[in-house]
Amino acid sequence: MTDLTESISAPPVGVVGTSHVRLEGREKVTGAARYAADVPFEGLAHGSLVLATVARGRITSIGVDDVLAMPGVLGVIHHGNAPRLNPEAGLLGTGDATLQLLQDDRVPHVGRPVALVVAETAEQARAGADALVVTYEEEEADLVFSADHPGSYTPAAAPEKHKGDVDAELAAAPVVVDQRYTTPQEHHSAMEPHASMARWADGRLEVVDSNQGSFLVSYVLSVLFRLDPGVVRVRAEHVGGGFGSKGIGPQLILAVMATTELKRPVRVALTRRQVFATTGMRAATDQRVRLGADSTGRLRAIDHDTATHTSTIHEFVEFPGEVTNALYAADAIRIRTSLVKVNLPTPTWMRAPGCAPGSFALESAMDELAEAVGVDPVELRLRNEPEVGPISGLPFTSRNLVGCLTEGARRFGWADRDPRPGVRREGRWLLGTGMAAGIYGAGSLPSTAAITAHPDGTFTVGIGAADIGTGARTALVLVAADALEVPTSAIRIDIADSDLGQAWFAGGSRGTSSWTWAITAAATDLREKLADIAHIPADGITGRADTAPLIGALEQRENHAHGAQFAEVAVDPSSGEVRVRRMLGIFAAGRIINPLTTRSQLIGGMTMGISMALHEEGLRDAQFGGQVNGDLAGYHVSAHADIPAIEADWVPDYDPSNPSGVKGVGEVAIVGTAAAVANAVWHATGTRQRSLPISLERILTTTNA
Amino acid sequence: MKEFAYSRATGVEEAVSLLAGGSEARFLGGGTNLVDLMKSGVEAPDLLVDVRGLPLGGVEVTADGGLVIGATTTNSDLAVHPEVRRRFPALSQAVLAGASGQLRNVATVGGNLLQRTRCGYFADTSRPCNKRVPGSGCPAIEGEHHNHAILGWSDHCVATNPSDMGVALAAFDAVVSYETVDGPGELPLAEFYPAVGDTPHVETALPAGALITAVTLPAAPVAARSRYRKVRERASYAFATGSLAAALDVRDGVVHEVRIAFGAVASRPWRARAAELSLTGAPATAESFAAAADAELAAAKPLAHNGYKIPLLRNLVVSVLTELAEEAAR
Ligand SMILES: Cc1cc2nc3c(=O)[nH]c(=O)nc-3n(C[C@H](O)[C@H](O)[C@H](O)COP(=O)(O)OP(=O)(O)OC[C@H]3O[C@@H](n4cnc5c(N)ncnc54)[C@H](O)[C@@H]3O)c2cc1C
Ligand code: SF4
Repeated sequence: MTDLTESISAPPVGVVGTSHVRLEGREKVTGAARYAADVPFEGLAHGSLVLATVARGRITSIGVDDVLAMPGVLGVIHHGNAPRLNPEAGLLGTGDATLQLLQDDRVPHVGRPVALVVAETAEQARAGADALVVTYEEEEADLVFSADHPGSYTPAAAPEKHKGDVDAELAAAPVVVDQRYTTPQEHHSAMEPHASMARWADGRLEVVDSNQGSFLVSYVLSVLFRLDPGVVRVRAEHVGGGFGSKGIGPQLILAVMATTELKRPVRVALTRRQVFATTGMRAATDQRVRLGADSTGRLRAIDHDTATHTSTIHEFVEFPGEVTNALYAADAIRIRTSLVKVNLPTPTWMRAPGCAPGSFALESAMDELAEAVGVDPVELRLRNEPEVGPISGLPFTSRNLVGCLTEGARRFGWADRDPRPGVRREGRWLLGTGMAAGIYGAGSLPSTAAITAHPDGTFTVGIGAADIGTGARTALVLVAADALEVPTSAIRIDIADSDLGQAWFAGGSRGTSSWTWAITAAATDLREKLADIAHIPADGITGRADTAPLIGALEQRENHAHGAQFAEVAVDPSSGEVRVRRMLGIFAAGRIINPLTTRSQLIGGMTMGISMALHEEGLRDAQFGGQVNGDLAGYHVSAHADIPAIEADWVPDYDPSNPSGVKGVGEVAIVGTAAAVANAVWHATGTRQRSLPISLERILTTTNA
Repeated sequence: MKEFAYSRATGVEEAVSLLAGGSEARFLGGGTNLVDLMKSGVEAPDLLVDVRGLPLGGVEVTADGGLVIGATTTNSDLAVHPEVRRRFPALSQAVLAGASGQLRNVATVGGNLLQRTRCGYFADTSRPCNKRVPGSGCPAIEGEHHNHAILGWSDHCVATNPSDMGVALAAFDAVVSYETVDGPGELPLAEFYPAVGDTPHVETALPAGALITAVTLPAAPVAARSRYRKVRERASYAFATGSLAAALDVRDGVVHEVRIAFGAVASRPWRARAAELSLTGAPATAESFAAAADAELAAAKPLAHNGYKIPLLRNLVVSVLTELAEEAAR
């Protein structure tokens, strides 16, 4: 395919690039917007999950009869009576045993659903679930992940990747940084707990769900339950956050089982504790980063070694080396990943998978290198800016990390910084500043869209996109308005319905680029059709697009969004308290469609990054494997008082590989945040923090008061 | 959650006798702790007697300058009361350091005194826990305990009392008044929470079925210069990992009177009497403050993962007392 740059590099004049409040904002703030658990259905029954309490073993009995006798209880679904599922179903097209619920008596980890109690009311279902007695034959479980675990192996999904001779470059480099960095298990903690309603109506399986991509969910459900793809209809009109956790939730699979068995519409809503236990987490990582540099700070070698874990039933690989793929130039680069299977729940994608924990390690190491060679941390990054993909050698679609670094440094007042650590004091607080760069992949994935022109001059856009709180619905209307050259008021949009056809999900920061491409292509098709006719018939004229062939024809490129983050922190070494005082993030993330919601997304990512730096840690008991802080009083996410004035802005960037010039903003903003904070903590105290979260316990035990 | 009956009491006697009618009956204050525990199955009462309609709200100044705080006074009303802020500022600060605005608006003084521990095993009914099921064991000792006790624990339980309010009340010698079907009674806070021993499930010395009616603070001029400082894992809306209520009266550079209590270190708010004894009559210097902290913390027995609380509390004592001494000197 031809390079698109020439034809579209000058953005057309229109509403794209101007701020718009969310179309559904009023409904949301007045409570009128209905989320999955709010939609009423006639004859609705309710399901409540029962989770395994042992870390490994076999179910020996389930006390079904006593619970069936309880008021309102309609049925108990368990491995003895559940519909058989197709083991080949999985979000990525290959079988994911995490979805194989209630298929046998095995318990692979604590928190695995073992039964669903269905009753007339949610309270009766919950009472039944609480009362259900399940007995187990326990087996010895392997619960503790460590880098030197004897079972560790290199997963096929993350083979060693390298260029040059890392060992030789490290041996020859006059300056070497060699450190280990660890990150804990982290949980998505979306505001809206997972919920699904499923019912059979008119020969179709109808699902109201909270997910990140209704088409994909409908497809996987049809595979899982061996149904014809057209039979399943999934909708997710409003979703209160996902962060990667809302693929096919256990509540959905169990709701479909229950409605199939009991012939009633069934809703299953998870409790917060069940969300922690059953919807995945970011795996813990133990990363060794070795940087070899010459005396000016130019990198000769980057060696990034990660150890992480997955469950015994499915191989999910958290891949921190992703960040090292394309952030800096070096003569030699090597990325290695080792995996350990333990009896813990299967980890999953969480906001900026790989890059969020990976950047903590790499960008902390870069700060240590800056200290070792005596080069300013911003300057060090500028000196290692790559011309082409550092490993692949491919050109970048566009890359403006330099703009992020220089504009960020200017706005933050970085030039005045005294590099010495531990020398600024204000009362009991030590002050410091730190920075880090970030990167996250961009690109478009095949999607379809349809736009119908109506005789009254209005248009209906239909696309299987998801709005998980990001403002996607609004952004897509802006793009459609410009593509059709009509005001936004002339456009109605339908999203989040699998019947709208195939579309990429809200994930990988590739939603907006994928969906806007399909919409602009459908608009082109529609305008061609309209050019040929004099009058629009009553049922309208529809333009359609499927971007698969266009995307398939793209040349291979390195395509990423970039960012630079700057933090000022205060640390009280006598109490261990760390407070972020201000934070600035400058991003280069393609063309910005809606500045208002983009800024919110960026600030949200940075906030989650501060939370990752200072607070978040899923704590597990080493004997039982269960989470001991599986609620929001125990699992700390940053509170308002932890979040300072955050400024987020962007520099010009334009992705020539899609017609709107868009890259994603959902994930890049959490990449580098934790390192910027950790580097600022070092600057404040003189002590490096190489393990997250930087809790007061860690400060107290490592820093001199 | 099991089904339960609910009734609303309008008089103290009525409340006490209503409660006597249920085998597993509980008073309901703001419900911010009890209802959570009912949802997770830790508490399973068959009857709730709502006490918020009782005439037990409000704060009054006693003739000698102390305070009587009604048991159903909300945490918010207590914290903002002008006499509380003037006479016992540390108490106001402690209450404001707890929970969130929404919770404080409904949580009551009686309920706050009786809130249960935040030990993760206690809240998980699928695990053993001596406090929840006597004799079942204490997994926290070998397991996750980074926010558990360093003082006064036993091999049967290492949990902490999570209340902030209680720490200030302990520093100021509060007395708890209650009513039972057999008549009223009183318990000084020092005796209100018994030692853990081998009965961690026995958390108070209150007779069965007792309704807390008020908390009395005797007059304490020293409390007018007092402070509460709480250290926690995020800037707000988290339980303490260590906290301190302190009051200091310095005359001619010498400590005339001092009150110190620790939070989040033991099964009860921890009155630091050894530290007070060491400081009284000593020069008001950072060295004496540190020596006083050491005198108290000499008894501390950290578990494998909570030893950091010892330097934390020591530093808090020095830092807060130094601030109070500097203020007095100004
Ligand atoms: C998310 C969260 C965070 C929190 N953070 C903090 C914090 O940082 N610091 C802190 O100190 N607290 C904190 N709390 C706890 C909060 O302070 C308590 O839940 C609250 O004070 C309890 O008061 P209540 O009236 O709601 O009690 P309830 O929940 O109604 O009752 C608690 C207990 O007291 C009994 N009871 C109530 N009133 C009486 C009475 N008059 N006589 C006899 N028995 C009675 C009940 O039967 C029950 O056993 C937090 C709570 C939550 C949910
Ligand atoms: S510390 Fe106490 S509350 Fe926690 S598990 Fe042990 S006995 Fe139970």
